[in-house]
Amino acid sequence: MASTTAMPPPLRARASNRFLRVVVNHLATAAAIGSTILVMAPLIAIFAYLLFKGASSLNFAFFTQVPKPVGELGGGMANSILGSGILLAIASLMGVPIGIAGGIYIAEFGRNKRLANMIRFTADVLNGVPSIVMGIAIYTLIVVPQKHFSAFAGGVALGIMMIPTITRTTEEMLLMVPLNVREAALGLGVPNWRSVLSITLRTASPGVITGCMLAFARVAGETAPLLFTALGNQFWSTNVNQPIAALPLQIFVYALSPYDDWHRLAWAGALVLIVLIVVSVALVRYVAGRGVLKGAS
Amino acid sequence: MGVAIEVSDLNAWYGTNHTLQSISLKIPANHATALIGPSGCGKSTFVRCLNRMHETNPIGRVTGTVRVGQTDIYAQSSPVEIRRRIGMVFQRPNPFPTMSIYDNVASGLRLNGYRNRKVLDEVVERSLQQAALWDEVKNDLKKKSGASLSGGQQQRLCIARALAVDPEVMLMDEPASALDPVSTAKIEDLIFQLKSQYTIVIVTHNMQQAARVAENTGFFLNGKLVEFDATHKIFTNPTDKRTEDYITGRFG
Repeated sequence: MASTTAMPPPLRARASNRFLRVVVNHLATAAAIGSTILVMAPLIAIFAYLLFKGASSLNFAFFTQVPKPVGELGGGMANSILGSGILLAIASLMGVPIGIAGGIYIAEFGRNKRLANMIRFTADVLNGVPSIVMGIAIYTLIVVPQKHFSAFAGGVALGIMMIPTITRTTEEMLLMVPLNVREAALGLGVPNWRSVLSITLRTASPGVITGCMLAFARVAGETAPLLFTALGNQFWSTNVNQPIAALPLQIFVYALSPYDDWHRLAWAGALVLIVLIVVSVALVRYVAGRGVLKGAS
Repeated sequence: MGVAIEVSDLNAWYGTNHTLQSISLKIPANHATALIGPSGCGKSTFVRCLNRMHETNPIGRVTGTVRVGQTDIYAQSSPVEIRRRIGMVFQRPNPFPTMSIYDNVASGLRLNGYRNRKVLDEVVERSLQQAALWDEVKNDLKKKSGASLSGGQQQRLCIARALAVDPEVMLMDEPASALDPVSTAKIEDLIFQLKSQYTIVIVTHNMQQAARVAENTGFFLNGKLVEFDATHKIFTNPTDKRTEDYITGRFG
């Protein structure tokens, strides 16, 4: 050290700044906590309001009975809960594999290739397509040629909506896997495709699963794409070639109706829908997280 | 048993950067060979050419011939088979983070289709013992992730993983540069034991390390092999002035 003249004074000598530092520290902490509350407030408010409005209409019949005709009190949404389950199963069976495969291609095999750039661009555009437009598209492509509404058409509409989210998250998560992990696999004499599936994808799997759950939770509440595809149904149906009930559709119909009893059922339906989404996301996370070992991040 | 490596007129590029220029040398079987030289001199690129890892970089390019035993490795169409015969240990320990210790060691065999559990158990135990890690991990084999070990243990785990596929050559790219002196000493002991069965090529920045573990040493500078000779000759009586300058610390 040739010159010490430019050095700042030692920290101890600046005790006068201490008060200021404590104040700034508290302000910053308060701002962070405040922002957290702001982010969580809408969710908590919605949930509380749903509980307040919907919990009182929940009863055994809600989960076991189908809707009653107009004028009769009671009835439930059992067929809608089952219908939503079937629709989401079709959507996931279609959206998850296609979405993940697309992400793998973009991140691992198509780097800097035109096709990969096209897929990425298409996924972004698809993500921005209004859900009602997706409904019309599937109506034209599947419902009109088949000449009937169906659970299958509804599932396809939801499945296509899942693809872009899953593709982009899969891509991002794969690109985050460090180069040295890939090199370790290649250095062992593992073929590239095997390394991608068994090492890179496996290392990225927590993030990929999160992406799938995000997409799932998003389409689980979609109403618009189902209006002209799944249509809705007042009766029990498990036939994928027939119109099928879905919770968001049933809530939509009931909420717009002039009957107080139906309004109450709509609130209950909304509550059940949110709880089911939260439970299924938590369940998948729990099951997927059980395989994680000590020390693996 | 290890095999000798014969390199002739090897050139390597990164894009337009001519990283290795006309390298020729013979690496004897069942000995440790050290490669020294300043950062960026091409020694890491050189070992990456010996198992065709260099070409995994999209802008990497290689010419020349490398014979490992009887095989001209660049004459074969698939690099995969080559890399199974030539194991590699990298500078930073790189265990597979989502796999247990056991799965890490077994990964090379499993990913190539071996499923027999008894054989895998044996190979895992033998490899971990060869890598002097068995006693430290034998109770947590399937419970703990490879990433939960200390840095030195992780590097020995990577050595065990490379040994599990039974290679003939072990390439080590600065295997101890990220480790503390105690772990470094363990890795060096290991190299000493392994060279009776494998041909070892080790890149190092640490000249004492080269002197301790290797019978032969090559000095790289600016993409060229300046001198290759017995280690004691390189360190006591180098032929080339530049080698002498480097090992006496006058540059680099």
